[in-house]
Amino acid sequence: MKKNDWIMVAAVIVIASAFIGFHFFGKNSGNGWVEVQVDGEVYGSYPLHREQTIEINDTNLLTVVNGAAEMKRASCPDQVCVHHKEISRNGESIICLPNKVVISIVDGEEPELDAVAN
Amino acid sequence: MKNKAAYFGVFTALALIFSYVEMLIPIQFGIPGIKLGLANLLIVIFLYKRNAIEALLLSVVRIVLAGFMFTNLFSILYSLAGGILSLAVMALLKNRGTFSVMGVSIAGGISHNMGQLVVAMLVVETYRVGYYFPVLLIAGMLTGMVIGVAANEVLKRLHNVVFY
Repeated sequence: MKKNDWIMVAAVIVIASAFIGFHFFGKNSGNGWVEVQVDGEVYGSYPLHREQTIEINDTNLLTVVNGAAEMKRASCPDQVCVHHKEISRNGESIICLPNKVVISIVDGEEPELDAVAN
Repeated sequence: MKNKAAYFGVFTALALIFSYVEMLIPIQFGIPGIKLGLANLLIVIFLYKRNAIEALLLSVVRIVLAGFMFTNLFSILYSLAGGILSLAVMALLKNRGTFSVMGVSIAGGISHNMGQLVVAMLVVETYRVGYYFPVLLIAGMLTGMVIGVAANEVLKRLHNVVFY
């Protein structure tokens, strides 16, 4: 191998590791918004990148931490939305049916692929 | 040379056999879409023993034929993008003369993957495939190295042999 070959190999490794590093550490950039709807009407939109707690009509308590939204408290008996996994990707939603509260992510990260068919 | 077409046919057949042999290799590399690119060994050798135009012709004929026989139309599209881009890069680096067979082959492997990634981005219409970039970069380099070592050895031994 010539000297130039080694330089190219080194450059490729540096670029690849830079991208991998960026991919792992640049995560949770928290793009996008949490949109809250109550009874079909928009209650408000909140940016995912700011940590905050949102009180929705005294019935539900929504928290935004690390670029993901999670329902902390709900007045309903079944607590389905409270047990729901936190959401951060486009199109994901948490729905509290008794209180007619719908929380969804807009303009967020693209959802991960479930599978690829060849 | 009057036997040119016949010789070219023989090399096309050889390239197709390489494609077929590669398909038979049961080893999966754990990452979808990564394969050795055995047929590119022939393309690299052809690039050195003949010239870029004929290597391109061989590459395109090989991809289209192997594509129709073993895979589908979409694979042909991906392979063509990768094949043409990698050949262009390899021809460029070879003519510059500052890289050895290894370097040219590595650049070919990488650009092959990059061409396919670009097509994937256009087809899926999302840039999120970009996270695959570093994986393909490293994979292209490794397969390029393997092909480079093999091509280097073959070229050393074929030093006095003239391809038609």
